[in-house]
Amino acid sequence: MTAHALHGDLESTALYDLPGPRTRRRHFLYGIASTVVILGLLAWLLYLLFDTEQFTAAKWSPFTYKGIQELLLRGLGNTLKAFLYASVFSLVLGTVLAAGRLSVHRPVHWAATLCVEFFRAMPVLVMIFFIFIALKVQPLPALVAGLTLYNGSVLAEVFRTGINSVDRGQREAAYALGMRKTQVMTFVLAPQAVRAMLPTIISQLVVALKDTSLGYLITYEEFLHAGKLIASNLDYDLPFIPVVMIISPIYIGMCMLLSWFAGWVARFERSSPKTEAVDVAEAGPGTVLPGEPR
Amino acid sequence: MYVLTENFSLYWQGFLGTVQLTVYASLLALVLGFVMASFRVAPVGSFRVFGTVWVTVLRNTPLTLLFFAVLLGLPRFGLVLPFQVFAVLALGCYTSAFICEALRSGINTVPKGQGEASRSLGMTFTQTLGSVVLPQAFRSVIPPIGSTLIALAKNSAIAGAFSVTELLGTYKTLSELGYNIIWTFVWIAVGYLIITLSISALFNVLEKRWGITR
Repeated sequence: MTAHALHGDLESTALYDLPGPRTRRRHFLYGIASTVVILGLLAWLLYLLFDTEQFTAAKWSPFTYKGIQELLLRGLGNTLKAFLYASVFSLVLGTVLAAGRLSVHRPVHWAATLCVEFFRAMPVLVMIFFIFIALKVQPLPALVAGLTLYNGSVLAEVFRTGINSVDRGQREAAYALGMRKTQVMTFVLAPQAVRAMLPTIISQLVVALKDTSLGYLITYEEFLHAGKLIASNLDYDLPFIPVVMIISPIYIGMCMLLSWFAGWVARFERSSPKTEAVDVAEAGPGTVLPGEPR
Repeated sequence: MYVLTENFSLYWQGFLGTVQLTVYASLLALVLGFVMASFRVAPVGSFRVFGTVWVTVLRNTPLTLLFFAVLLGLPRFGLVLPFQVFAVLALGCYTSAFICEALRSGINTVPKGQGEASRSLGMTFTQTLGSVVLPQAFRSVIPPIGSTLIALAKNSAIAGAFSVTELLGTYKTLSELGYNIIWTFVWIAVGYLIITLSISALFNVLEKRWGITR
């Protein structure tokens, strides 16, 4: 007890007990040594960057031009546009497919299951390429359609898991009150399922946001594409590394923000009295292993 | 329809390329993921920070951006390797973040009484880890690792767009040869289905054999 009181956040795990004074001193030394190694690695990286002349004025000057900034912003806007379309459509498709999978009508059930399993097993890039090349669609609709088919199918599984995870008594009570099948679903099961699955749904949207960068491969003029245009400009001495150093923090930052939001929602929903009859899922994207138990 | 039979060797090469990418990148991801997971549960603070940063950054990086940075960026530092090696590197590092999280949550499912009991029996750290904690953690990480490796196999398609020999990349040659593009894609889809469904079958067997019902 006293040990816990002394170092508040430390807790013994299955792996090791609370360290004693000697171990703590040893860990402190390890900590210093490893910090030195990590800082050394970072310094070496920085040296490499300077050594290969990534910080010359010529390579960074393009970012001061208005045209280049607008190009980057337009790319970012296009990325967000694709993300917005893809997430709205995949939420709709996910709802439809989940309804299909939960349907008691055999043909509907089988069709939805086949659809979900196929699109989850297929690389999203293959679908995007198929739509873009074989069906000769414009880049934006092709990207959005590919992302929608994939994320919609994963979301359908997420919704279904959510509906099935609602406490049995809820459904039984609703039927006992004389509600119809559709009423039970829309007024009792779905609201609780959505609350329970909201962290997973948002995490799946992070996947969609990350995958909008696939648009680069089908020449959709998104963020990465704008970066590539600047990076291959000879006038600025091919500023590839500077472009990566500008683009990746923005990309990664957006995704981190959304991931963090998913984690926050998970904590929020867990403390909400409206999720007492369901287990709120961890923040993390939906799984893709077919036939997974649960 | 005849695309497959007339170009079997091309498809076969692409298929093998995808399988190779998947296998090598999986191995790299499993090893790196294990290392990072042990960093994240280490008692030393700076290891934990390093592991956390690695996972958080890589999990939130678009894979295309990572490919872009690795395949086109590393050569500027004078590191010139075959594209396939770069692709394995990018895929492996990316997936290692997800493997790490799966392993870590697996370790966290082992009740701490298990470790305390084994230590009170006088087991050393290595013994506790090797014969008490990891075997139990292994059981609960089978499904998430399977699903991560399936995602890896599917993500390997991105390598094709960066001119690494693999299944999706075969469409270019075939469409130049004037074959029906729809059938070309049908057979590519079949190839990916074979790969992902066999990984899934493998992990379902593992799950049946060693998994636990929670």
